[in-house]
Amino acid sequence: MSGALGHSATLFALTGAALVGIGLYGFVARTHLLRRVLAFNVIGSGVFLFFGATGFRRPDLGADPAPQALIITGIIVALSLTALALALITRYAALSGRSSLEDEAPDDEAPDAGDERGGG
Amino acid sequence: MTPALVFDGLLALLAVAAAMAAIGGRDLFGSVAFFIVYGLLIAIAWVRLDAIDVALAEAAIGAGLTGILLISALARVERTASSGESGEGGRLAKIAAALLCAGVAGALAWAALALDPQGAGLTPLISEALPQAGVGNPVTAVLLNFRAYDTLLESIVLLFALVAVWSLADDGNWGGLPGLRQHARSDGVLATFGRLLPPFGLVVAVYLVWAGSENPGGAFQGGTVLAAIWLLVAMAGITELPRVSSLPLRAALVFGPAFFLAVGAIGALAGTFLGLAPAAAKAIILAVEAGLTLSIAATLALLVAGSPQRTQG
Repeated sequence: MSGALGHSATLFALTGAALVGIGLYGFVARTHLLRRVLAFNVIGSGVFLFFGATGFRRPDLGADPAPQALIITGIIVALSLTALALALITRYAALSGRSSLEDEAPDDEAPDAGDERGGG
Repeated sequence: MTPALVFDGLLALLAVAAAMAAIGGRDLFGSVAFFIVYGLLIAIAWVRLDAIDVALAEAAIGAGLTGILLISALARVERTASSGESGEGGRLAKIAAALLCAGVAGALAWAALALDPQGAGLTPLISEALPQAGVGNPVTAVLLNFRAYDTLLESIVLLFALVAVWSLADDGNWGGLPGLRQHARSDGVLATFGRLLPPFGLVVAVYLVWAGSENPGGAFQGGTVLAAIWLLVAMAGITELPRVSSLPLRAALVFGPAFFLAVGAIGALAGTFLGLAPAAAKAIILAVEAGLTLSIAATLALLVAGSPQRTQG
């Protein structure tokens, strides 16, 4: 079945699929909030690459403009969400002194300074 | 195996490796650096897919602006919060997560391979309608004519994101100056670049918007270049970003989406919301793009600067 989409587009569609998997893993398994935002962006660009590459099926027609336009829109919306998420995280860190939402792990020495939650 | 296929294979491998390094790394700053490299590799992949418009957007926004946002957030979070990645699950949980994510990736890969290889998508429809669109670049035609709805709402999403970021300011700083005070030596590299680059940046930005009607480029790409120039000048200490309560600033932020909305409303009076008459389409699209470029540039620059943090310069 390889080559179903013609030349390198198949390769990039599969790369997009792999990137979604990698990003999803980072989003689920890593706990630092900034790394989760980063992982969200990897998922996003993986979806875009998958979408764009599957829009390039017939070399005689070239890249489908409709996915391209939607992807440009998607990149801007992802940036908006990233900016808002980062502003929320910065504020959360300033108020709580923490950079993840998880409870402190039992085997982890809990940082004692600035651990009051909430406030503001 | 053609050389092109070898190149694409290496590119795909490098992108996957950079993504893994960004996700799996211990040091967050290193991860962000890998993420920016990753974004640029993805931009090259877009060039290989003949999607130059997307490549420009990915390089400028996906890699550049997102990278800057992550670096500045990292600096602020590390000043105030414990940096340990606490509470990460045990080995078993990580293996389960990895298997699950591999399953998602595998399902996507299967979906890609199962697609009809002769599917033409929307390309024939768009080529057919392009002569009536007023612009020769099919991506610009989709963005500002065929699916103008998306672009209008997207420009409003961007504006709402900025309003939400501003609303996270301390009460005392409300209406104040965004970001921290910039310190730059007046004879330093940054200040020199801040004086040298803006004229070139302005030309590039205007060219990207103007050429975007027939060639790759457009309001978002041009707006990002303008935003970068404005931020450079502000970082070099040559000007200061305006107060968020400044009326001219707010007018600039709202102008593009408001003008776009007005054009859509005029179209509604003539029959279709956001519908453009073929004879006037080119002029209207260029006017909407010019307005959007201004607003996008201002919005992006202020999103990077962040919420107001001080009231005195």
